[in-house]
Amino acid sequence: MKVKGLLLIALVACGLVSLMSPRFNPYYLDVLLGIGINIILAVSLNLINGYTGQFSLGHAGFMAVGAYVSASVTLFAGPHLLPLLGGADSFAAVPILFLLGLVPAGLVAAVVGFLVGVPSLRLRGDYLAIVTLGFGEIIRVIFQNIQAVGGPSGLKGIPPHTDFFWTYAWATIAIYAVLALVHSTYGRGFLAVHDDEVAASAVGINTTRYKVAAFVIGSFFAGIAGGLYAHLKTFIAPTVFDFMKSFDIVVMVILGGMGNTLGVILAAILLTLLPEMLRPVAEYRMILYSLLIIVLMLTRPQGLLTLHWGRRPAPTKSRTA
Amino acid sequence: MTEFLQQLINGLALGSIYALIALGYTMVYGVLRFINFAHGDVFMVGAFCGFYLAPQVSRFLPAQSAAAAAVVLLLAMILCAALGILIEKLAYRPLRSRPKLTVLITAIGVSLFIEYVGQHPRVFGPSPQTFPDLVPSRNIHLGGVVISNIEVLVLALTLTLLLALRFIVMKTKIGTAMRAVSFNAPAAELMGINLDRVISFTFGLGSALAAAGGILYAMKYPSIEPLMGIMPGLKAFTAAVLGGIGNIPGAALGGLIIGVAETFVGGSTWSNYRDAIAFAILILILLFKPSGLLGKFEIEKV
Repeated sequence: MKVKGLLLIALVACGLVSLMSPRFNPYYLDVLLGIGINIILAVSLNLINGYTGQFSLGHAGFMAVGAYVSASVTLFAGPHLLPLLGGADSFAAVPILFLLGLVPAGLVAAVVGFLVGVPSLRLRGDYLAIVTLGFGEIIRVIFQNIQAVGGPSGLKGIPPHTDFFWTYAWATIAIYAVLALVHSTYGRGFLAVHDDEVAASAVGINTTRYKVAAFVIGSFFAGIAGGLYAHLKTFIAPTVFDFMKSFDIVVMVILGGMGNTLGVILAAILLTLLPEMLRPVAEYRMILYSLLIIVLMLTRPQGLLTLHWGRRPAPTKSRTA
Repeated sequence: MTEFLQQLINGLALGSIYALIALGYTMVYGVLRFINFAHGDVFMVGAFCGFYLAPQVSRFLPAQSAAAAAVVLLLAMILCAALGILIEKLAYRPLRSRPKLTVLITAIGVSLFIEYVGQHPRVFGPSPQTFPDLVPSRNIHLGGVVISNIEVLVLALTLTLLLALRFIVMKTKIGTAMRAVSFNAPAAELMGINLDRVISFTFGLGSALAAAGGILYAMKYPSIEPLMGIMPGLKAFTAAVLGGIGNIPGAALGGLIIGVAETFVGGSTWSNYRDAIAFAILILILLFKPSGLLGKFEIEKV
């Protein structure tokens, strides 16, 4: 009950800050919204990679599904729906239309996550990573070949509906959903699958169901984040959602410490700000970034921001066949 | 029919390059049980070595002669072997006892590092460069089929390298050690095999083959850029899994299959899905026969 109260307070706070957001510097606001979207992506991938221990490298694929679905709704169905909702001038029309784009975006991404997850989650470790990478690339190639959504040149002119409220409201919901889930009686199963799959199935946990559940929920939020991204940048193309994007999200999860929501949120903030701060040394930006990953893995593989309060993540174990 | 043959030969030439890269993946997987993501970038560095070495070598040897081409190829292979050994020593060796995912992420980090360093204007630069003609190209007409001499060269050279590799792995002392490590690393170490040396050698050998693949690829598709290794690398990895990862003949077979499949898809009405076909094959293989076509049953694992 207490947590639900906090959730409500956070949502109201999002609304209040959003009312003031027109006064913010547009550049800072853009970075701030980017942080929010990355928080949704990182927290949702953390459910799959961190809490459940299933290493996925295809998160950007689900993000792409969400981005394209929501952008299609607002671009193609929007002009027909707006008059029904009371016209563009009406107070509620645009938010309702945006929601009508975002929710299907999440749902379709979740369905795709289910279709990808059921066969591939039989695999473990390296193989699962490669198959999810492969699926992510296939999703991208499919969008590249759908001419109705612009093919390789992408979709332009998506209405800029993403604002502070929507971004941070969804981020709050994603954080709440993941935390509430893993701390519930049902959710202990995710941690059990992560800690020892054989032992978990021996005590009667349906490990496949948990893995698929984590994948579907993670994909849902990735789809939402994709929808927010599309309406923030107002332009999407298949190349935006390539393997590099998936890897960026994975780095956030690792940096924050797998299965540590607070750490992952901090890492998402840090890794969104870092490229902005490195702009003066733009030429060396990505070199430094890749070097950071290597050094981090060599020195602190448990995550940079693993803090000593709250539940510590279980140590990751290697299972070589 | 002639078109079929034409495509088949194109596919085999492309596939043999994939095979050369796939061998590096499969050998490293054999001894260390992890995917060396940076392998595709060693392939790219190999192509750039050829790009920078060719003008230098032509100062001593007549340009576009077989001798000059062979010297360029050998030097590039040696340089890339050194690069591969260096990567292993700096990035992977300290992580040897850590979880496999840590090593996998490090490997992706190394791959990004090589790509971004390569894209820096003072290194290779981000824009595509034209690879010089190492040998004069001409077309050979066989019946209705037109084959370029580059394709013949690619096929012949790949076959030679495969046979050389087979000799090294099966007949030499270090090859026997590689097989022993791949079969059971702790036991091999107890028998007095120097694990570090075998692993270094494996990386060197795999990287040298990748360099050869890079130069052959650049001869076939003469536009080279720092990101050119990503797709061939992923496809070659797919080929290694398709053949049964850890299995040398499997990697060669897998490479040929992927190359031929890709070329035929590229020539059909589905040509836009060319880049997806390798992944589709990979997913089907992993779902129905996770050990690959020749995996597990083959004793010869490296």
